[in-house]
Amino acid sequence: MRYLPLTDSDRSAMLDVIGAPDIDALFLDVPEEARISGPIEGLPMHASEMAVEKHMRRLSKKNLAAADAAFFLGAGAYKHHIPASVDHIIQRGEFLTAYTPYQPEIAQGTLQMLFEFQTQVARLYGCAVANASMYDGSTACWEAVAMASRIARGKKRKVVLSGALHPHYAEVVRTMAKFTDDEIAGAPPSLTAKPDDEGLIARIDEDTSCVVVQYPDILGRLPDIAKIAEAAHERGALLIAVNTEPVALGAVKSPGELGADIVVGEGQSIGVGLQFGGPYLGLFAVRDEKHVRMMPGRLCGETVDAEGKRGFVLTLSTREQHIRREKATSNICTNSGLCALAFNVHMTLLGEKGLRRLAMENHRLACLAADRLAKVPGVKVLNDAFFNEFTLLLDGDARAIVRKLTKQNILAGVSLGRLFPGNDGLTNGLLVAVTETTTEEDVETLAAALEEVLA
Amino acid sequence: MSAPNASGWKPGTPVEGHNAMSGPDTATGNRALMLEEPLLFEIGHIETTGVDFDFAGKLDLAGVEQPQPPSPAPSSRLGGFERTEPIGLPGLSEPETVRHYTRLSRQNYAIDLGLFPLGSCTMKHNPRLNEKIARMPGFADVHPLQPVDTVRGALEVINELAFWLIHLTGMHGVAMSPKAGAHGELCGILCIRAALEARGDAREVILVPESAHGTNPATAAFAGYKVEDIPATPEGRVDLEALKARLGPDVAGVMITNPNTCGLFERDMKAISDAVHEAGGFVYCDGANFNAIVGKVRPGDLGVDAMHINLHKTFSTPHGGGGPGSGPVVLSEALSPFGPLPYTARTGDGVVHLVEEEDAESFAKEHFGGPLQHFGRMTAFHGQMGMFTRALSYILSHGADGLKQVAEDAVLNANYVLRSLDGVLDAPFGPSGPCMHEALFSDKGFADGLSTLDLAKALIDEGYHPMTMYFPLVVHGAMLVEPTETESKAALDQFIVALRSVAERAKAGDESLRTAPHYAPRRRLDETLAARRPMLAWNDPDLA
Repeated sequence: MRYLPLTDSDRSAMLDVIGAPDIDALFLDVPEEARISGPIEGLPMHASEMAVEKHMRRLSKKNLAAADAAFFLGAGAYKHHIPASVDHIIQRGEFLTAYTPYQPEIAQGTLQMLFEFQTQVARLYGCAVANASMYDGSTACWEAVAMASRIARGKKRKVVLSGALHPHYAEVVRTMAKFTDDEIAGAPPSLTAKPDDEGLIARIDEDTSCVVVQYPDILGRLPDIAKIAEAAHERGALLIAVNTEPVALGAVKSPGELGADIVVGEGQSIGVGLQFGGPYLGLFAVRDEKHVRMMPGRLCGETVDAEGKRGFVLTLSTREQHIRREKATSNICTNSGLCALAFNVHMTLLGEKGLRRLAMENHRLACLAADRLAKVPGVKVLNDAFFNEFTLLLDGDARAIVRKLTKQNILAGVSLGRLFPGNDGLTNGLLVAVTETTTEEDVETLAAALEEVLA
Repeated sequence: MSAPNASGWKPGTPVEGHNAMSGPDTATGNRALMLEEPLLFEIGHIETTGVDFDFAGKLDLAGVEQPQPPSPAPSSRLGGFERTEPIGLPGLSEPETVRHYTRLSRQNYAIDLGLFPLGSCTMKHNPRLNEKIARMPGFADVHPLQPVDTVRGALEVINELAFWLIHLTGMHGVAMSPKAGAHGELCGILCIRAALEARGDAREVILVPESAHGTNPATAAFAGYKVEDIPATPEGRVDLEALKARLGPDVAGVMITNPNTCGLFERDMKAISDAVHEAGGFVYCDGANFNAIVGKVRPGDLGVDAMHINLHKTFSTPHGGGGPGSGPVVLSEALSPFGPLPYTARTGDGVVHLVEEEDAESFAKEHFGGPLQHFGRMTAFHGQMGMFTRALSYILSHGADGLKQVAEDAVLNANYVLRSLDGVLDAPFGPSGPCMHEALFSDKGFADGLSTLDLAKALIDEGYHPMTMYFPLVVHGAMLVEPTETESKAALDQFIVALRSVAERAKAGDESLRTAPHYAPRRRLDETLAARRPMLAWNDPDLA
């Protein structure tokens, strides 16, 4: 078996050293009635590389890859071009096959990368400090809510969710809150050209620990973070801003700059492929350093070694489960290290100049696409403002139309019916994302197909 | 003429009186292949980018035409939120980027470089076939919200992996979406809580042994439970009688790691489960160490109700400097109905369905004949697909016979290390019998003033990543050594030579251990300073 180096003669020599007659003697503590003697029945035996590859390739072919379609899906996961060197670097064995940097003297590669990553995220978000990453955007969102509750010390129990928060994120928060006694106030979004900031503000009261608002929101609109932050702060609540498209922050003001206290989001767009939803990259940052010790997750910090050379270590671990056990700020252990590396490398390749150009190109193409699609009879663009994703209102059930168009290799977008099932007022909504990978031909293809199906 | 290598020296043996690090200072601070690398923020520029944006060019040679200028941008529709201030993100060209990260990579230890005996973390070889498969466009380039008819293969991968996990553990169902081990623990505990609530039984306490991973008590607390310790026997296992005495109507369940973090199999697991069930509670098993028993015993046969499986441990998905993980949770028949959304299910017609919020109720009614009981959603989308493809490739490569061999070789390797260090390092539970996949030692017999940390740092100089230190907490100066099954006997023999040498030095009071490592890219780092004056992001000196 190609991954197992021991030979049969090694095995018997080692058993001799151990003084065991056979391998089963080492499993004596497993009760005999539960011990399995042969291979588990009903399961296949080992297979060659060639056979495994063939099997998996067959399964992969049953999926329609994004690159093989006119592709317009977003809603928290975006198709961007990833430079070839990103994948090369994350496949270097010294990064790919390292563990958590528990021994900093021989993990400076990972640690320095994390320090750079934390700095990049903090700057992108307009925050003082970012952590070394979370599982993904949705879990980072819940962790931010939990952190706000800790800061409110249990005195404030209400969490106000914007209706235009990604429904999966809202569902994760609702699920977890059932077990922590936080009261979750939320509502489905209304199909208006501008987000209902006033309605959100009206729901904040003295019992509110935090307000969660997505920017750009699930319909692609841009809420007024500064105004909401001010209202939240007036009532002693924290503002959590959620961003699912970091490329947008190359074009619009950062949430931290606008007054959000905790900024979390999904980092997948920078360096990480779509991968059917994971692994992705949770980003987590706080605007004010005073909140650092309440943060969940690993933090990498600068220090010096015994000779005075600069080096990096995991730090402030007294917040974490391996030290604090049941008193930890979170049960999280793993971060998303390899995805953080991909983000770090891609962001380094882009630099500020590249990120801004990438963002403007996304926005330019999205504007062109919105204008083109708005010309299709039976199609209206909902948004006043957007970055690279906007909502179309169709004269028909968007979900059925999306399904229909897949037969022409068009992945037309994410229907609001899929995102908000059971919400009859939203069924004609279609969320369309446009990135630098979208061509004008793709847009023409979609426009023509919509024209045909809506005729 | 004498031979070029007259002394017969070969790699893996010492060279007397020679210290590779002695020599003159260098102008750069580099030492040949040991290259120092500045931070990105010290070498990059705001004006530099390693990405070209030429969206208009056409590369077809037929009828070469002048590149068309891009369509003019309509005026910005950013709602007045245009960024005006600089962000502060320096860039590098591609050659500089590749060099920056290649240099950084060389300051890392990795399983590709050598044995990585980090107990309970299970650093085994990561097969490259898995990487190749995960990058197939049909897996890597698929959006999680594509219409299900365009992702049937992805659903089949999830379902196929689920099938294997269920059969390897002898359980009833599996929740695939948890993103990592601790997330899986949370999933399992929430299933328990949902099941108790469904029968109107509010219980407040989860029992956790002192030897447990820190995530166990943190998880129970995060899910709203009070955490109490389960006492251990002197031989490092759960004290069954003490546990039974504590069980009662307030105990929601127990969290037990099996094999446990002392590297021992909990012999009484079935009796523990029976007692907990009789008292109306549930049994959570921390499956971090499942690699020791895969194919040898099925947790379902021991009465376990929920167990997470770290795909990066047992099933070799890469851990990339601290993640991503993936933590599917296998569930007993009693807990399966409470598992989170979304999930996949294969119906009699062979079709694999994706069950999400909208169809959960009708699906439950039609196929399970029961009401809707899932406890909610743990994450956006469907879990760590990129890890599923890798883990499934690993499982298919090994098959039922190979997985059994994996457990046997992992246990054989650990016992070989344990017995080869008889009389060298104290093994507190060694006398009571064989260990499972990891060998636990204490610092007993070290000279005054020398600690486990010193031994670990000296091991770095010998070219090894140290073992897990000071965990589990139940053993003084604990050293938990897990070689895994992907080490050859020759690799183990050399590791034993190194470990024996540093252990003898620790016992003899060799003061040079205190300042180890001497040959790593950094000497010991000041962790106290890092925590006292946290510097968690780069501050440009010019801006200060």
